[in-house]
Amino acid sequence: MSQHHSAHRRAAVIGTASVLAVALTACSVPASSGEEAAEPTPGVTDTTVTIGTHTPLTGPAAAGYSSISAAASAYFAYLNDQGGVHGREIEYIVKDDGYNPATTQTVVRELVQQDEVFAIVNGLGTPTHTAVLDYLNQNEVPDLFVASGSTSWNQPEKYPFTFGFNADYVVEGAALAQYAADTQPGKTICLLGQDDDFGDELIEGAELALGEGGLAHIERYSVSNQDVTAQIGALQAAGCEINLLATINGFTALALGTAAQFGWFPMWFSSSSGADYPTLVGYLGEEVGPKLLQGLTGANYLPALDGDDEWVTLFREINDEYNDGAPFDGNTIYGMSVAYLFAEALAAAGENPTRQSLLEAISSGELAGNGILPLSFSADSHAAYLGVGISQVDMGAQDYVGKTYAVEGGKVVEVQASPVALTGKGVPGS
Amino acid sequence: MSRILPSLTGVRRTIVFGAAFTVLAIASSFVLDPFRNFQLATIAATFCATAGLTVLIGWSGQLSLGNAALMAAGGYGYALTANALTDAGVDGVPRFVLALLAAVVAAGALGLLLGLAGARLHGPYLAGVTLALVVALPAVTSVFSGVFRGDQGLQIAYDGVPPLLRTVVAVEQWQAWVAILVTGVTVTALAAVTRGRLGLRMRAVRDDETAARLSGVRAGRVKVAAFTLSAVTAGAGGAVLCFVTQSVSPGAYTLAFSLLLVVAVVVGGVGSLGGAAIGSALIVMLPWLVGWATSLLDLPSEVSQRLSGNVSVLVFGLLLIVVTLARPGGLAGLRPRTRKPSATPVVPAPADTARTDAALPAASPPDPVSSIHH
Repeated sequence: MSQHHSAHRRAAVIGTASVLAVALTACSVPASSGEEAAEPTPGVTDTTVTIGTHTPLTGPAAAGYSSISAAASAYFAYLNDQGGVHGREIEYIVKDDGYNPATTQTVVRELVQQDEVFAIVNGLGTPTHTAVLDYLNQNEVPDLFVASGSTSWNQPEKYPFTFGFNADYVVEGAALAQYAADTQPGKTICLLGQDDDFGDELIEGAELALGEGGLAHIERYSVSNQDVTAQIGALQAAGCEINLLATINGFTALALGTAAQFGWFPMWFSSSSGADYPTLVGYLGEEVGPKLLQGLTGANYLPALDGDDEWVTLFREINDEYNDGAPFDGNTIYGMSVAYLFAEALAAAGENPTRQSLLEAISSGELAGNGILPLSFSADSHAAYLGVGISQVDMGAQDYVGKTYAVEGGKVVEVQASPVALTGKGVPGS
Repeated sequence: MSRILPSLTGVRRTIVFGAAFTVLAIASSFVLDPFRNFQLATIAATFCATAGLTVLIGWSGQLSLGNAALMAAGGYGYALTANALTDAGVDGVPRFVLALLAAVVAAGALGLLLGLAGARLHGPYLAGVTLALVVALPAVTSVFSGVFRGDQGLQIAYDGVPPLLRTVVAVEQWQAWVAILVTGVTVTALAAVTRGRLGLRMRAVRDDETAARLSGVRAGRVKVAAFTLSAVTAGAGGAVLCFVTQSVSPGAYTLAFSLLLVVAVVVGGVGSLGGAAIGSALIVMLPWLVGWATSLLDLPSEVSQRLSGNVSVLVFGLLLIVVTLARPGGLAGLRPRTRKPSATPVVPAPADTARTDAALPAASPPDPVSSIHH
């Protein structure tokens, strides 16, 4: 017995020692950044502002969204070359979370505690960002312009540090359904939705426009299962003529492709999160993509890809110069628009920005952004856009059709679009 | 080598040493920054699960590839109960304890069912069943999304630092304490159980099931008990992880993670609790260390994007090969296998280490036809 004991004790001592050793060596790593903790505002020095994001660079959602953070980085590089904001360069740390909420929690903690970012900007995804919503607010880290249309971000009382960016999914669902009802009366409208708040809220919006039970059939899918054959089959069997999509880009492509395999070609009305034409062509291939996507109806609130907007012209130039001429798509516009909005907020936060002054600048309601509608930020609203325009793909070009809807007082109403004009070469405060 | 406190023997020794290690680990949380404390808490939760798994594989000879699903059962049990209690107005310590109990019961019940099926299967067949469980997890959460909320998973209310300690410790440190405490109690209890009669029977069944049955050991029951035991520890680990991150989602318990748990057990040394601790620290720290190292290299973004998440898989593979070749007993075994048994900390070493050292499924009895009676 005694040998057993000594063996076990020895092993256990070694075990604990190794655990401690690993932990301690790791501890010594961030010592340099630890020194800066004494500064009053995390992430802000005399010459830099450090911000971070979580986004899928690997995994099922990566192909549809990884270009967003690259575009935002390109805009910040452009901005830094123009002198930055109040003389400070913006450092944008991008962390891959693979669209997995569990990974998001780890990388966001790393950004906040280790990299000590000033703010999290444009964290991407409904399920992923939901996992860090409480954490960021408990730690009082500004959580700006979340890349998702969930209404969760618009709860100023409960989450004072969080602001959304996308038009919320209730608004998108309402607008798409209303447009379907207005232009295609009498058609059977169904919905394919992601199995989370994204799907739930698009359904809620659609029912706002169509009335309770206005959707003939609803199917849900889960991101972790890359097969929607059963769902598409059920939609076809239900005799759907218009399918609303609460799908991320990869699953929009999957849904269209699967339906085409069945020889079924209904009309598709997609949320802005899954309606980016070039990205979808990338998924479906140059061969069949353009044919399948002809007539794809989407919601959007940013300058349209193929419209003649001066923002798009500027963003194309930035993309060529600072993003190695990466394919220019809706994600590029999206990423640069978010980056511009952050720069605008930072400029408004004053010469010596603090987390508090940044939040106040956004809540003041004075930010303009670059959308087709005014921003809705105020002390009581942390939603960016409460209305969307309807876009359509025609002969490979995606542009607005001239219909814009908003949700006001629980009703869907048609409104007039009022695009924000480009000022000062897209450099805030210049 | 002389023995520390030679007068201390039996279960009391296990408890004293378990308590000592727990206090030591809690003390170490003071020298760590918040992010390191978060990692420490994650290691503790993982250790909870790998400890049960190492006993299951090394002592009872049953290979489970699906213990992540059992952790998930614990996590969901914890989250559902915690949310129900929050709605009922219960919070603080009672909520934590009740939810933890529910987690352990949920995972234990699932483990019991799995064990009942598993006791009739051997080696790769058992591994297959457990594998199916973890593969099915996302589908289950998505089919019953009314309860489990699909891929998004469940969020729970936040347990802050108790007011008394608020000036002393940060949130992450407090969470690390809770994680270490739960793990300490769980692993000590596991060690106490396995060093007793059940441990002896497990080893008897592992080494020769027929001989064990001839000696009056009810092999089926022992196997089911071992499976349930490992499920209970996995459940506790899942509950702790849920407490630390305030959420549970299928993405946290992927097939890759489930296999990593087995890697942790094998690298640390099959059947060794100290080894499970080392292995858990490795699977939590290594991906982070690799990511940190690659970020130092200043690679072009294209390359680092490709490497992200993939290098650590490669490193784990290499580590597994090197450890298996250089030190078949795992990292916890101090000396080469020249003399006495080499593995096992808080519990006595398995009688026959040659058996433990041989690859996993080999530990199952040689006669696959022998049936089990309950």
